[in-house]
Amino acid sequence: MTKLISLSEAIGLHVHDGDTVYAAGFTHLIPFAAGHEIIRQRKLGLVLARATPDLIYDQMVAAGCARKVIFSYMGNPGVGSLRIVRTKIEAGLLDWEEYSHFGMISRLQAGAAGIPFMPMNQTGAPDLEKVNPQIRRVTDPFSGREVIVVPALNPDVAIVHVQRADKNGNAHLWGIVGEQKEVAFAAKRVILTAEEIVDEDVIRSDPNRTIIPGFIVSAVCHVPKAAHPSYAQGYYDRDNDFYLKWDKLSESPEAVKSYLDEWIYGLKDRSEYWLKLGQEVHDRLKVKSRPSAVVDYGDY
Amino acid sequence: METPTCSSAERMIVNSARLLNDGDVVFVGVGQPNLACNLAKRTHAPNLVMIYEAGVIGAEPARLPLSIGDPTLVSGALSVVSMYDIFTNYLQRGNVDVGFLGGAQIDRYGNINATMIGDDYAHPRVRLPGSGGAQEIAAWANRCYIMTPHQKRRFPEKVDFITSAGYLSGSAERTKAGLRGKGPVAVVTDIGILEPDSSGELCLAALHPGKTAEDAINNTGWPLTVTNNLRITEEVTGNELIILREQLDPAGIYLKS
Repeated sequence: MTKLISLSEAIGLHVHDGDTVYAAGFTHLIPFAAGHEIIRQRKLGLVLARATPDLIYDQMVAAGCARKVIFSYMGNPGVGSLRIVRTKIEAGLLDWEEYSHFGMISRLQAGAAGIPFMPMNQTGAPDLEKVNPQIRRVTDPFSGREVIVVPALNPDVAIVHVQRADKNGNAHLWGIVGEQKEVAFAAKRVILTAEEIVDEDVIRSDPNRTIIPGFIVSAVCHVPKAAHPSYAQGYYDRDNDFYLKWDKLSESPEAVKSYLDEWIYGLKDRSEYWLKLGQEVHDRLKVKSRPSAVVDYGDY
Repeated sequence: METPTCSSAERMIVNSARLLNDGDVVFVGVGQPNLACNLAKRTHAPNLVMIYEAGVIGAEPARLPLSIGDPTLVSGALSVVSMYDIFTNYLQRGNVDVGFLGGAQIDRYGNINATMIGDDYAHPRVRLPGSGGAQEIAAWANRCYIMTPHQKRRFPEKVDFITSAGYLSGSAERTKAGLRGKGPVAVVTDIGILEPDSSGELCLAALHPGKTAEDAINNTGWPLTVTNNLRITEEVTGNELIILREQLDPAGIYLKS
């Protein structure tokens, strides 16, 4: 049965005010198009979880969608400070909950595996454990040593962008596969956006590359260029210039408001956004081909 | 050969590169640590294996990566795994030789603060990005190197928040915590190199050519001990500078400071 619907329908159906949302992707395949659609639909009171909030959550926080962020590295990757989230935290205007990357990913792994918590070895660093009551210790019943535990994270909705999927939501992705699989299995609902919608035969030609099976997916949306200013390995490059530009722009609340008006509220969808970026940006982000060697599964 | 002039950043990168051994598996950060690793790989350590917290193993970046998840790290890499795998199978299991760390504050015992400045976590005076992978790298890599400009505000007696464990209140406490890694074995600055003594206190072990112990003492927030056998680091070579400036970072993004 096809799960193919428009992104605006998918966000309308599956993202509710107050939900815990995890937009997946470590630097790679960040689902900006879905983030923009959430802003456009003026969702409120969301708990935004991501290892790296990145610009997508800076924009969603700026637009007033969030009441809390959960993160493990709150910076503008490769540039510096994530100004809007940082400013709101410093001003006491935004709740936050914080882990190390490993703590955050362990929460997702527990959520994906359907177990209540995940143990980790001690790191000796005492302070995060003191300020975050979700980070606790239990005694290993086998060795008698204390281990650190974090609770499962089961977001209400996961948003995952992939290179290609079929209409049922069976999804291929490659390149950096940060936490997409864990998030998809941990979440209650999964919205998939894809650069390409392909026949099921294409998925079946390379089953090892299927990171997410369609039967855990709630909606599939065909959204080319959905990751910009993040990237899709083999499809288009990361727009590092935009990450630098955002660093400047986000110093001024007025400039942020104009950005949201011009690039999100003022546009219908991602295809308008990509068109508006213009030929120069399209050319700058083009990537040369470097295919893998063919894998032969054998005809049995 | 004439002694080339180099920037503080270049001197830190070169001296960090020289600490790496051929065959080391290194957990690399973006920016200066990435340059140090790539320089080592192109000079004395061709078998260095660079791994990145995004899940990339054996990266051979063809261009300068501008983020920790740059696509150039993936193309041509040995393997790409999930973040859960990199932090468990690789780091927690003990398959990483070297970790590179930095932070807003580094204290007398090599503890690092990358979380917040102030005395109340709930009301930070300055909110920093947070741990990322640093908390576990500091604990579980066999040895760690810290790269930082040598400034008093970066080297307080005690950090405001321990994001990553150095030697805590002294090396006995780190030992008691049962961490598998040795901890920070060198802090490379633009003035020289600090190394822990047997108690875990960072002491001045080496100076770069032209720098003095006073430079280091005046820019450190605790009474800095100078070791008896204070070394002078070897001058940066023309070859090292050519690799950095012409091959690795031709735009000079991370070399100028």
